[in-house]
Amino acid sequence: MVAEFWTYLSDWSSFDTWIVVTAALSAMACALPGCFLVLRRQSLLGDVLSHTVLLGIVLGFLGSHALLVGGWILPSSYPAIQKAAIFAGAIIIGMITAVLADAVKRIGRTESSAALGVVYTTLFAAGLLLIRLAADHIHIDADCVLFGMEETAVLDTVGTTGIPRSAIVNGGMLLVNGLLVLLFFKELRLSSFDPQLADTLGLRPGVINMVLLIATSATLVAAFESVGNILVIAMLIVPPATAFLLSDRLPFMVLWSLFLAGFCAIFGHIFALTVPPILFSRMGWPEVDGARTAGMMASVAGICFFGALLFSPRKGVLSKLFYHWQLQLRFIAEDVLGTIYRSQETREPPSKQALVFDPSLRWKQRLLTMWALVRMKQLGLVVQQQGEVLLTAKGTSLAEAIVRSHRLWESYMARHLQLPDVHLHATAEWVEHYLDPALREALESELDRPQSDPQGKQIPAEPVE
Amino acid sequence: MSSTGIRLLMALFIVIGTFRMTSAQEKNKIPPTRTTLSRPDFSLPEWDQLVRVVLLRDYNTRVVLVGTVLLGVCSGVIGTFLLLRGRAMAGDVISHSALPGLAIAFLVGEAIDPGAGRVTSTLLIGAVISSLIGMGCANLVRRFTKLKEETVLAIVLSLFFGFGAMLLSIVQQIPSAQLAGLQNYIFGKAASMVYDDVVLIGVSAGIVVLLALLFFKELVILCFDEDFAETQGWPTKRLDLLLMGLVVCVTVIGLQSAGLLLVVALMMTPSAAARFWTDRIGWLTLTSAILGGASCYLGVLLSALFPRMATGAVIVLMGSLFFFVSLLLGLRRGLFWKWWHAIQLRQRVERADLLRACYEAAESLSISQENSGQPRELIDVVITVPQLLAYRNWSERRWNRLLTKAVGHELIVSLPDGGYRLTQGAIAESRRIVRNHRLWEMYLIHYADVAPSHVDRGADWIEHVLAPDVVDELTRLLNEPRDVVNVPESPHPLQPEMTGGGREER
Repeated sequence: MVAEFWTYLSDWSSFDTWIVVTAALSAMACALPGCFLVLRRQSLLGDVLSHTVLLGIVLGFLGSHALLVGGWILPSSYPAIQKAAIFAGAIIIGMITAVLADAVKRIGRTESSAALGVVYTTLFAAGLLLIRLAADHIHIDADCVLFGMEETAVLDTVGTTGIPRSAIVNGGMLLVNGLLVLLFFKELRLSSFDPQLADTLGLRPGVINMVLLIATSATLVAAFESVGNILVIAMLIVPPATAFLLSDRLPFMVLWSLFLAGFCAIFGHIFALTVPPILFSRMGWPEVDGARTAGMMASVAGICFFGALLFSPRKGVLSKLFYHWQLQLRFIAEDVLGTIYRSQETREPPSKQALVFDPSLRWKQRLLTMWALVRMKQLGLVVQQQGEVLLTAKGTSLAEAIVRSHRLWESYMARHLQLPDVHLHATAEWVEHYLDPALREALESELDRPQSDPQGKQIPAEPVE
Repeated sequence: MSSTGIRLLMALFIVIGTFRMTSAQEKNKIPPTRTTLSRPDFSLPEWDQLVRVVLLRDYNTRVVLVGTVLLGVCSGVIGTFLLLRGRAMAGDVISHSALPGLAIAFLVGEAIDPGAGRVTSTLLIGAVISSLIGMGCANLVRRFTKLKEETVLAIVLSLFFGFGAMLLSIVQQIPSAQLAGLQNYIFGKAASMVYDDVVLIGVSAGIVVLLALLFFKELVILCFDEDFAETQGWPTKRLDLLLMGLVVCVTVIGLQSAGLLLVVALMMTPSAAARFWTDRIGWLTLTSAILGGASCYLGVLLSALFPRMATGAVIVLMGSLFFFVSLLLGLRRGLFWKWWHAIQLRQRVERADLLRACYEAAESLSISQENSGQPRELIDVVITVPQLLAYRNWSERRWNRLLTKAVGHELIVSLPDGGYRLTQGAIAESRRIVRNHRLWEMYLIHYADVAPSHVDRGADWIEHVLAPDVVDELTRLLNEPRDVVNVPESPHPLQPEMTGGGREER
């Protein structure tokens, strides 16, 4: 299978390189405003914009074409004016989307996501209709706008340099966005995290919001032309959201999202070339020879996102589960130590069976108890003699700390909260795991160094390390 | 943004829309030439065609129409709950995440038995499964991360759609895929509907609406107050699942006609529009269903009349048209009626203010003339505009305008020398107003310890909304006679301009 993989990659040409470069540049350009959209809870607006700028693009096409037909502009300047008109149209429609959604929300008192939805479907439907109606006049069709024609976009090169026009446009957009982020980093950060504070400091979050909107719309158009709608939707939000799971600081989040965008571009194209033919030739469809890069990039972004969701060191599901499990294990171990200590105070040490099959434990806790006993034996906290579990010196000092915490807390609650005795034990059973030597000392002096707890049991002295 | 702005924008869209419709009618078989746009030879559909379409003589139009209208009605019903629950965009996520399901269902179907992948029901089952998975993913991500709701929706939407697009690009390389028409599910192609599809839509729409009506009470309580529903012992989690399941059903049966990009509009727009017409949930659901059906009906008719109008997009635009019309004219919350009520209120307040100023001016004139030994009735006192200026901070032009209007309403009589006299009816009406004003002033002085120089402003606001029972209560508290003819004396000097405090214009 590996050999097959390399066979499909063997005819990698400079076009493939340029596809990857263009895709990476546009994805990175999208990721920059995307970071702030995610933080400002405007992700859906980004999604919506990437649908509605379609109308702006079509209007730009039609407007410039009408100018040409009307004889207002020279055919030689037509391509440049067309590009400008498309950008202008998309930016205007982007702003109209946001303003109209806000107006519908405020004036019509419509619920906010419904307002956004109504405006977005209207503009998008209008865009689709126009495309269908005007398909004769302009070289644009819904499929290619939606899914992009990355593979052909790179054929449109500038002069004899061999550099695709789309790579230059998207690179320029990345540069502009990068400069904007660098210049207004402080303002963006403050207005994303605390708009009220930004307002009181005179940073005008409204203006920043508008600038972000304009930058997003412009980036969307630049990417739209070369790589299509799908990529734009996925690249705007998914890499920043993945980066959000991987970092806690804004600069790192921005860097992570740039890196992920580039990563998605490279591996998106490689997988698009290799994975479908490998899989589908085995399923009996040898005619399949690759998928659209944009779609595969979105899929790679999805894999990255769910990977981060599972494996992120601090916010991942697995690390959270692991931390939770460790905590649970510590609690169980401490409970077991306390139980052994208490039974040693009064009678014979308990047997392993008695510890594990304590009727108050549930099955999961019994398993954890067994595991805790094994671990504690390894650490030299307990020894097993003829079926009985005994504390070692090290284990005893740990157990003393636990029992001391438990009984000090019971005394504290009995004195200050005037709770009846029956209510003391359950709470102390929780709190004992959180008390450190300093807190125990503070509790003891607060209670005038008591010798015994409310039930008359002796409070052990603080163990010497 | 002002309402004028909205209207302008709408007008702009409509103008652009009609322009495009008219100019794009001519379809040339030859490649486009530079002159096509310059000679718009727009032709309305022939009379025969119009009659044939409107009277549903075409079998095809009839089939498509029945299917989409049924869809519109049932999506209107479900949309109401989606809207009230604040989950409109969740519907969008559900529809977008149907795409990979369509592609995979086709692949699986073809792999099992060549040709099976092309059957509509196979594709729709795939769509249902993948929509449900998308919804589940959104729930999982929301539960396990601190990402915001909007971000989660955006992520799931874009990932599923991107994945689906990738699969679609693969599927299209398989020869038999052209026959399955997977493209139609993205942009919608109602024209491809056949009798069997309509039966499928009809049965599912019936089941969906029936379920919604059966669980009407439960869904309403879930939408309005989830916590209350929970405390009452309703299984809110399962009800939520039921609602989302209904949404998935509507989405999937709507894929064929509206397309997965726009099917959410069928649910969202009619219900949002209906919200402007009524405040009662029953009526809301009914209105929404009617609007949904109507926009589908009009959309199908229009796209049958004009060539190359994508049905899905036209249906959605018709819905949007209803929405914006409702936004402007809706009886409950429409802008026009709000504006109308605001004007009515303003006129009422203006009239009351005018009457009180005139009355107070006449009153103080009659008192001063009484002091000089000529007792005069209020009806005989002549007031002039310069005197009135002191009683309310209105410009002279405004005074003149309002006084002319008041003459028309027979509140005052204009005298030849430029003065004015109150009529008997106006005196009776202004007695009530002035009395309310002064009662409130006295109340503020006695019970709220407000200085007499400060009470005028507050009373100026409240006098217009004092209900009769409140006035009765005030007279009782202040030991004033209940007789309207007895207007108490003002607790502070009138002509505030001279005393320093101003009665400001609102």
